[in-house]
Amino acid sequence: MSISLTVNGARYTSPALPETPLLYVLRNDVGINSAKYGCGAALCGACTVLLDGQPIRSCVYPASAASSGQVTTLEGLGDPKRLHALQRAFIEEQAAQCGYCSAGMIMSAKALLDRVRNPDENQIREAMAGNLCRCGTHTRIVRAIQRAAKELA
Amino acid sequence: MSSGLQRRALLKGGSLTVLFSLSPFVPVVAQAPAAAVLPGSLNGNRQLDSWLRINADGTVTMFTGKVELGQGILTALTQIVADELDVDRDRLQVVSGDTSRTPNEGVTSGSLSIQDSGTALQFACAEARSLLLGAAAARLGVDTGALEVSDGTVQGPGGKRTTYWEVASDASFRREATAKALPKSSRQHRLVGQSVQRRDIPAKVTGGEAYVHDLRLPGMVHGRVVRPRAPRARLLEADIAAVQAMPGVLAVVRDGSFLAVAASREEQAIAAALALQAGARWELPGDLPPAGVALFTHMRQQRSVDTVVSEKTNALASATGTTRLASEFTRPFQAHASIGPSCAVAQWNDGKLRVWCHSQGVFPLRADMAKVLRLPPASITVMHREGSGCYGHNGADDVALDAALLAKALPGTPVRMQWMREDEFGWEPLGSAMSMQMRGSLDASGKVVDWQHEVWSYTHSTRPNDPDGSNLLAAWALQEPLPAGPSRNIPQPSGGSDRNAVPLYEFAQHKVVNHLLVDLPIRTSALRTLGAYGNVFALESFMDEMAGAAGMDPVEFRLAHLRDPRGRAVIERAASMSGWNRRMAAETRNPKTPVGSGMLKGRGIGFAKYKNMAAYCAVVAEVSVDPRSGAVKVDRAWAAVDAGLVINPDGLRNQIEGGIVQSTSWTLYESAAHDQTRLLSRNWPDYPILRFPEMPTVQVELIDRPDEKPLGVGEGAQGPTVAAIANAVAMATGRRARDLPLNADRIKALLA
Repeated sequence: MSISLTVNGARYTSPALPETPLLYVLRNDVGINSAKYGCGAALCGACTVLLDGQPIRSCVYPASAASSGQVTTLEGLGDPKRLHALQRAFIEEQAAQCGYCSAGMIMSAKALLDRVRNPDENQIREAMAGNLCRCGTHTRIVRAIQRAAKELA
Repeated sequence: MSSGLQRRALLKGGSLTVLFSLSPFVPVVAQAPAAAVLPGSLNGNRQLDSWLRINADGTVTMFTGKVELGQGILTALTQIVADELDVDRDRLQVVSGDTSRTPNEGVTSGSLSIQDSGTALQFACAEARSLLLGAAAARLGVDTGALEVSDGTVQGPGGKRTTYWEVASDASFRREATAKALPKSSRQHRLVGQSVQRRDIPAKVTGGEAYVHDLRLPGMVHGRVVRPRAPRARLLEADIAAVQAMPGVLAVVRDGSFLAVAASREEQAIAAALALQAGARWELPGDLPPAGVALFTHMRQQRSVDTVVSEKTNALASATGTTRLASEFTRPFQAHASIGPSCAVAQWNDGKLRVWCHSQGVFPLRADMAKVLRLPPASITVMHREGSGCYGHNGADDVALDAALLAKALPGTPVRMQWMREDEFGWEPLGSAMSMQMRGSLDASGKVVDWQHEVWSYTHSTRPNDPDGSNLLAAWALQEPLPAGPSRNIPQPSGGSDRNAVPLYEFAQHKVVNHLLVDLPIRTSALRTLGAYGNVFALESFMDEMAGAAGMDPVEFRLAHLRDPRGRAVIERAASMSGWNRRMAAETRNPKTPVGSGMLKGRGIGFAKYKNMAAYCAVVAEVSVDPRSGAVKVDRAWAAVDAGLVINPDGLRNQIEGGIVQSTSWTLYESAAHDQTRLLSRNWPDYPILRFPEMPTVQVELIDRPDEKPLGVGEGAQGPTVAAIANAVAMATGRRARDLPLNADRIKALLA
């Protein structure tokens, strides 16, 4: 019994049971660092990845349910040498303190910008309401998303 | 108990002196008796080569005992080192928080890292530079005064040149530092004072290995711990055999009431831990203090160590008091509530232990682990890796011991112990509930002539390495347990539960009394600012109440009582940033007059110099209160900060902005609930925190004083923010809220 997954364009197989949360397969079988365990109950957003472009909480999403789609993680957006506009904007705005929530923030923001080209501040706040940040970098994260939106527009 | 004055008898046996001289927070260091005092942490770590190494490959390794918590400290330290040594930042390799390699700088806490480590590195680098220039001068046959350095290349007259890397072998750092080479002046700084970008952020936004959670050692397996969320629970029975037979399970460890499981795969460890929990029987003592308002009455009746923290008497002045005021303020238990639950990796080899974890103090943790594991400290290496932001003493240290206890059952195998969300909420030490009783009087001219501040609180300091016990969670549960250390208070001038209780304002007379509760039914320890958050809330709220009684504008009233020019400057700057004026304050004080939107609007100010010795910060908050629901929203906040010499202005702004947002969350929403038996917060719905729609717009201005010492800023904004919000709510509603949090239910009841 195994699960096949497409993550950031590459195929992987995992020996995990079908109902295993996608998060553990991504972190421990695919070797993804970005998606983080935060609450295990889809309440904080730290584990957010995209499945066929839609944000999902990988800490509760069964890995087998993702097997027919395309999973995108933060690593799939860009790397230190070829940054995605959102990654660049988070660096430019220094939009992190501990940064533990950053990966989930950027993936939720990516889903927003794919849907709304040039969101206003209220749209950003609403779209990000399910992602928790404890350091209080909210103001910078909003600025970073606005900056990326401008660059992508 | 009866009056505080009677209880001072408790202090008479001299026990207080003993209690306070045993502060666990200052690393104890053996020194030659006549050793000169050296600056910062250099004093306790006197070898030059413990701070700095010049490598033949053109790099420089710098060592610090302070650790990155997301506050940007390692970036700031590289700015200091690069400037002082004259090398580019990209040559710097940073080793931080490693018991086998770095200086022991105790705990990274209290907004002290620039003062401690920054100062040490600054002097170490100045001395290193002078040694290197001496060696270069000898090699080039020129006078040191004729040399110039650029990025480690030393240039002499007539085109003569060499490099640090070439002369490093002639300039041994294996010597005691003297601190005789003076650091550069602020005018000579290239990087200090600049907003250079943080070195840790790129990895964090690209999926790099940035956290201990991301550490993957060959053959690593996964661990979980099993606890009920009830303090002092005793494990009566566990179905270990059934769990051992589950898929992937490698070890089940039971030692007394400590219960943990390791499995090959993470989801297997989680399933096994759930099964263990389901099959376990616990004895729950049900001995927690009452909840709600009864908690504070209860706290005032408990055994306490009572201290007069500060007293200034003036019988003449007190006789002139014409208006007397008294108010009581409370702050509930609050959680660190890190987004990522604590995590550590431990590995035993031949009786020696290596631990990777996100502790704020790797040396104190090692000392405590050595006691629990009955090992010499030298057999344990603790290495810091970043975790999720901690904001003080959360589960970071406990999870390291949990990992070690479990890994002991699997010698040679690295075990990754990850606390679940419920473990963190259930077992992290909380920020203590506090009760503040304020009394004071005004004379006929509106001057405060008497000011009394009494605080009742559980301890704010139960970090590891207590001299009389172990402060690691699992230590208390083992078959051969170690007791927890006794309740202690950090002495003034920084203070613990009395932190920032001593007014900076000049009153004709004042008295501050601290009641440290002796028994600790609910585990508490350092949450960012310790007692300062509660004390500044009370002190600055009461200042507004006094200003109201005096018929004076709150800003004007503060300035009338404050001589310190730097304190006055931040208050004046915050007021001017926010467009504060008397008329506005008077209008918004008009109670129960909703503005156009149906919302009540108000502004308030709060001020503190953190610990009365770190950064000055004044905050003005503008709030909207919905009179129907009672919901408070902080729309805008303005902050003015004076932190002396600023190493990294953007880093400082980030800390202040974050502090304001975090304090807004504490103030409006946060309270860790309990019943007679259990801590009740399991996950985020039980402990709501601020979300994006509720985020205030924040504006921060820095008053740069490059010729003053750098002052710690990481905890500077939380106190002023809670006070500014409470004062703004009072202005908006005409009612004074004195019990935190100022959540919708509370404010609705206040307006009823």
